[in-house]
Amino acid sequence: MTTISVKVDGITYRDDVEPRTLLVQHLREKLGKVGTVIGCDTSNCGACTVHMDGISVKSCSILAVQADGSEVTTIEGLADSVGVAAGEHPMQRAFHENHGLQCGFCTPGMIMRATCLLQENPSPTEHEIRHGLEGNLCRCTGYQNIVKAVQQAAGEMSSAEATSTPATASAGVAPSASDLEGQR
Amino acid sequence: MTAVADTATTTDPQIGQARLRKEDQHLITGRSRWTDNFVLPGMVHLAVLRSPVAHATLDSINVAAAKDAPGVFGAWTGADLTEQGGLPCAWPITPDMKSPLHNPVAVGTVKHAGEIVAVVAARTKAEAVDAVELIEVEYGPLPVVLDMKEALADGATIIHPDLGTNQNAFWRFDSNEAGTGGDVTAAIEAARNDPDQIVVTRELRQQRLIPAFMEPRSTVVDPTSDQITMWTSTQVPHILRLMIALTQGIPEHKVRVIAPDVGGGFGGKLQVTPEEIVTLMVARRLGKPAKYTETRSESLLAAHHGRDQIQRLTMSARRDGTITGFDVDLLADMGAYLGLVTPGVPILGAFMYNSIYKIPAYRFSCTNVFTNKTITDAYRGAGRPEATFGIERMMDELAVELGMEPMDLRKKNWITHEEFPFTTVCGLVYDSGNYEAATEQAVQMFDYDGLRAEQKQRRDSGDPVQLGIGISTFTEMCGLAPSRVLGSLSYGAGGWETASIRMLPSGKVEVVTGATPHGQGHETAFSQIVADQLGIPFEDIELIHGDTQSSPKGLDTYGSRSLVVGGIAIVKAADKVKAKARVVAAHLLEAAEDDLEFVGGKFTVRGTETSVGITDIALTVFLAHNLPDGIEPSLDSDATFDPENFSFPHGTHLCAMEVDTETGFCKIRKYVCVDDIGTIVNPMIAEGQVHGGLAQGIAQAMFEEAVYSEDGQLTSGTLADYLVPSAADLPHFDTGHTVTPATSNPLGVKGVGEAGTIASTPAVVNAVLDAIRHLGVCDVPMPCTPVRVWSALQDASSARVAAAEQVSAGHMLPGDVPTDGTTSGTISGASS
Repeated sequence: MTTISVKVDGITYRDDVEPRTLLVQHLREKLGKVGTVIGCDTSNCGACTVHMDGISVKSCSILAVQADGSEVTTIEGLADSVGVAAGEHPMQRAFHENHGLQCGFCTPGMIMRATCLLQENPSPTEHEIRHGLEGNLCRCTGYQNIVKAVQQAAGEMSSAEATSTPATASAGVAPSASDLEGQR
Repeated sequence: MTAVADTATTTDPQIGQARLRKEDQHLITGRSRWTDNFVLPGMVHLAVLRSPVAHATLDSINVAAAKDAPGVFGAWTGADLTEQGGLPCAWPITPDMKSPLHNPVAVGTVKHAGEIVAVVAARTKAEAVDAVELIEVEYGPLPVVLDMKEALADGATIIHPDLGTNQNAFWRFDSNEAGTGGDVTAAIEAARNDPDQIVVTRELRQQRLIPAFMEPRSTVVDPTSDQITMWTSTQVPHILRLMIALTQGIPEHKVRVIAPDVGGGFGGKLQVTPEEIVTLMVARRLGKPAKYTETRSESLLAAHHGRDQIQRLTMSARRDGTITGFDVDLLADMGAYLGLVTPGVPILGAFMYNSIYKIPAYRFSCTNVFTNKTITDAYRGAGRPEATFGIERMMDELAVELGMEPMDLRKKNWITHEEFPFTTVCGLVYDSGNYEAATEQAVQMFDYDGLRAEQKQRRDSGDPVQLGIGISTFTEMCGLAPSRVLGSLSYGAGGWETASIRMLPSGKVEVVTGATPHGQGHETAFSQIVADQLGIPFEDIELIHGDTQSSPKGLDTYGSRSLVVGGIAIVKAADKVKAKARVVAAHLLEAAEDDLEFVGGKFTVRGTETSVGITDIALTVFLAHNLPDGIEPSLDSDATFDPENFSFPHGTHLCAMEVDTETGFCKIRKYVCVDDIGTIVNPMIAEGQVHGGLAQGIAQAMFEEAVYSEDGQLTSGTLADYLVPSAADLPHFDTGHTVTPATSNPLGVKGVGEAGTIASTPAVVNAVLDAIRHLGVCDVPMPCTPVRVWSALQDASSARVAAAEQVSAGHMLPGDVPTDGTTSGTISGASS
């Protein structure tokens, strides 16, 4: 057993974990963060995607011990992380308004990946969105409405960025690329 | 199409509005209730040992070390689980069908890789998995039978020796015998002897597919009260409950099944699974809650597969393009056992190969075969994608043989809109449709003539990237189903659906449906129906489903049936609510019932402004202080609806495919579909269903295949090997609709869940072939991967002349000597 300390959705947890425990198992089984789901065992599907220190990662391909000292945001804390009510993150709203989900199983991972995609590229083309989401599989939607949702969120988030003052600009969106560089 | 915000005026008609989904909020915030999320006090976790070999005797199994491992509560072999009953097959398609015993945990032999051999229960999943590693099994290898034709040949290893044959069943429909059409043998014979006619024979392959729903299957069983509760990721909680009662010796009223959030199904969760029964058995043995959740690899290996048929198709026609006969002969791979509806899946296509065309003579024969592979069963479309692929590929093949434009050939043979209702050669009555209108719209959206011109230009210039155009003008039979039809097909259940409406005193409404959703948007669409029927705000309606305790009766969701059967049950229940309310309204308004009209949620005395709202009546009935003499103080109503006919959505799908002749890489340049699904309740949801259906149909054409090695190992057993397409693999879809309301139900709806999948596969493959047929390629077996397309091009260029002159060597059944075919139709079993 190894002792790790991970801050997940704003709360710091200190636990003993088996070294082989995957981050997604730690999140689900120990911390009850069952909003993050497991869709495969080969890191192909992306359903388990979370943000670790501001960057989207597949939590099935990170060991829990690797997350020691990190800050993790899951789908359950995404809205809170930008100071809005549950479901009101622009990306969550965009998935709802564009019918970007059917069964909803891939949705947590898809939304977490999509928000990170917009950090990397705030105004992606359709082609860039499709390739940026390549690591996240959806079996229901055929992706067209997911692409539409990301386009809507990109528009909203960049216009929110443009109209907000410099002091509050970072409140509405995730850290800038330079912030991320610093954290890595 | 613009989505409608939830601030829309609630008195507006709701049917036809793109209401945003009620289902979404908990799913986009991670407050979901997947079965694997459930944790119960004292719960044990299960892990199973699966056979690594396809066919073997179980010479010894030693679970002693597993039992002694830390945290382990127990370990059992199939022989230990003496209470296990065989898994059910509810569709004995013929009286003499051969049905093997299918134990949830193998006893004596294993017959496919992935079959469960032993199970371990432990405190944690990790401990259970560790303990499984300690189980020792000696397998005695047996010959592996994978090929259907070899399985039927003399001297083949018999997979189930007690059955004496690898043939599960033989099923036939003949329009001549049924009195619904002519004699296909005579039609083909006549064509063969007539220089003004032609006979075309092809053998096509429906590869094996895997439903690959995103949520791996999971089951939790709580045996700690008198009534056992099972949460499970299923499409069919009601059917499952009944089957548990019938096969496990537990009285039906002592079982409760709950389908919480279910992450997709596509037919793949229309099953009574070994894993569900194993979890149930272990929970009962230990008297503790138990959970089993499969890994993705287990899911791909052992959850049921789909399709896997060989289609031998013979079509006769006059040289002007008029089809005179169509003979369909199938081999269908059951896998090693039979699942819930396994043997009936190909039969669901039996009445659809004639599709939208006026074919005077028709025959459908199907031989079901056992092999040492995972069972097949329903996968999106179930039988109808195979039929649509068969006929639409043949229409293109016939067009090529006749030198006709493929669209003109279709127009020459299809049922025109003036001819509805139309009784087909199978005896089905198509109630409505307009193939001309859907096609016209699709052709316009597609720029058909422009793309044909570009195709010619690319051909003429020898462009390395060739362009092909694929057509699929299709129909399907939806809304499973009229119970008497299912009865005539020996299906083990009816096809009705139920609904209940509960009028709450505060003006809110609860609607109970037996059609259990798993992503389709029932809560939203059914709320729209009730809102219009009762004049109740959309927001004030709650849908209750998926729990045999709260929605006690139903036949669940598959076969595009929820709206056309379950939705109509809701309409019928609403009719009863209104009839009861009318009596009370007349009493309150001191008017005759006949003088009342019900509009916008109010009963109004005709010609006056005197009215009472239905929610006020609900409160009056709740109080029961002032009711007419002798009436029951309740507006609540139930209805069970059994349709008199199927519904027949149709549409025209067009695909433009760019094929790089140097690499074999295929890229969809444009995809247009115009679907006629009758009245559209929610255009946003309907379009979403079409998109998802297209993705799966295109995936069959281009990407997906369950591949077995020679020794029966699934070599496409991870999502790295089984290519479920990503966003980057799929094109933008241009969708349109024509609306020809169904006449068989009061809403005019037809169903949409499977249309995209059924229609798209032949459109894509026809497009690939249309791009490279002039280079001598006659066929590319699905999926049309770059290596297969490239290989076909190489073969064609090296042996073009020989290929064109090759005599058909189709061989379906032992002793069935093929004689048809003006050209070769035989397809080699190329692999990638």
